[in-house]
Amino acid sequence: MFDDLRELYQEVILDHSKKPRNFRHPADANHEAHGYNPLCGDTVNVYLKMGHNGLIEDAAFEGKGCAISLASASMMTEIIKGKTESEARHIFDGFQKLVKGEENDFDAGEDTEKLMMLAGVKEFPMRVKCATLAWHAMTSAMDDKTEVSTE
Amino acid sequence: MNDMTTFDVEKIRRDFPIFSREVHGKPLTFLDSGASAQKPQVVIDAMEKAYLETYANVHRGVHYLSQVSTELYEGAREIVRAHMNAASVEEIIFTKNATESINLVANAYGWANLKPGDEIILSTLEHHSNIVPWQLIAEKTGAVVRAVPIDAQGEFMLDDYLNMLGPKTKIVAVTHISNAIGTITPVREIIDAAHDSGAVVLIDGSQAAPHMKLDMQALDADFYVFTGHKVFGPTGIGVLYGKAEMLEAMPPFLGGGDMIERVTFAKTTFAKGHSKFEAGTPPIVEAIGLGAAIDYVNAIGFDKIGAHEQMLLAYATEQLSQINSLRIIGQAKHKAAIISFTLDDVHPHDIGTIVDRGGVAIRVGHHCAQPLMDHFDVAATARASFALYNNRADVDALVASVRSVQEIFG
Repeated sequence: MFDDLRELYQEVILDHSKKPRNFRHPADANHEAHGYNPLCGDTVNVYLKMGHNGLIEDAAFEGKGCAISLASASMMTEIIKGKTESEARHIFDGFQKLVKGEENDFDAGEDTEKLMMLAGVKEFPMRVKCATLAWHAMTSAMDDKTEVSTE
Repeated sequence: MNDMTTFDVEKIRRDFPIFSREVHGKPLTFLDSGASAQKPQVVIDAMEKAYLETYANVHRGVHYLSQVSTELYEGAREIVRAHMNAASVEEIIFTKNATESINLVANAYGWANLKPGDEIILSTLEHHSNIVPWQLIAEKTGAVVRAVPIDAQGEFMLDDYLNMLGPKTKIVAVTHISNAIGTITPVREIIDAAHDSGAVVLIDGSQAAPHMKLDMQALDADFYVFTGHKVFGPTGIGVLYGKAEMLEAMPPFLGGGDMIERVTFAKTTFAKGHSKFEAGTPPIVEAIGLGAAIDYVNAIGFDKIGAHEQMLLAYATEQLSQINSLRIIGQAKHKAAIISFTLDDVHPHDIGTIVDRGGVAIRVGHHCAQPLMDHFDVAATARASFALYNNRADVDALVASVRSVQEIFG
């Protein structure tokens, strides 16, 4: 009966939500954005240090949220660090389709497996916004928009 | 279980068709009536019958169906009047919902009476619908919104309220029962003290109407609002009670047909009583459905409903309290059957998703009461709200599903 719940709340996800990686505010961040989900009040600040030629040299976040949103944010910061801006946007695009259960050719290279952990979200449409909140904030930070809301 | 011999909850459950269905392969455990209640067959039947047999617009035609439709619509108003023990049907206005009722008063009364520096007193317990309309009118008039604090248990702090009242206080708007944590406020004292200092009072009874008998003449509130869908009626219908002299002195809110006496391009004069505030074709069938819903709960009796719900509240509180790491938010002495809680380290949205898979419907989030959430320093809670059709098995299912949350989160 709880198979889809076990799929959603896998050990890796619980681990990331309980001990989020890169949960900090880097002093040298040069792009940041605040993401907010008015439905649940979840809030996330994403901090990026972008180098020349669009390389993401550091990625971090702070915020409050459910297990899904914290785990997704935590994994995101690990994955996008060392990627270029366009690579990060491409990964988000595929990831978003994945969690919405849409047709996709999701491929994030060596990070694919990690993000597939969150694929269970597609069985829970009400939770897609949780899984994508930090990613929306990431693209807003890149676009130099400081605020993003899921509504 | 004290005297429940004549309150047969299983029989009541059979009156509500929704309980014959399953959710995720489990019997439905519906603990979200505070957001919106389920509908008994009699309400569905009354509305279907209105569409099938008697439908026409009201207050307009001289033809047969218009007359029958008008009688049913006005009959529903009389049912609401009797239910609230209002002095006259002229004091009962049908609106779209409680939110519209509050907006009507904020705009019509507030706009005509508020001046810069005047104070509108609310409480920390309020639903956003009893905050935002007042902020909007305060912005337009220069009035100031203040909030009465609550204590750690979630009790309305009466002494602070009494100290806040003064010559600048023009309006007091307070909830009868907190939607988020169940606190029953001391409305009697709130109203009397406001009147002593010359302020008018609006009570938001959205959460009270499904759980207790209302008595406008005893309560003496100037305005009292509730919504139909929480009291087992349809959506799209709300009620505003206003004292006759208050309504008489108030300008209209919305303009249109049905609220006029005589229209010319030079000047329009308005209808009297409730008609002045019911512009346009009203929610006719919804009013008929609401009337059927109120007849239904009154046939059961609020004494029995109240006793049953308090039994459930006590049982659920006791059972949930045995769960390690569960914290009940709001422990007022007088509470309606609403339990808000958090689990250490588990976000309410994760709780909601997991218990849902067990067929348990609860509300998770800020409950449209963010100032209240701020007071308890939480972003959100999980909330189980009970109604007359809930039983002890519902409590057991809730407790079991909360334990499964703990299992998953280790």
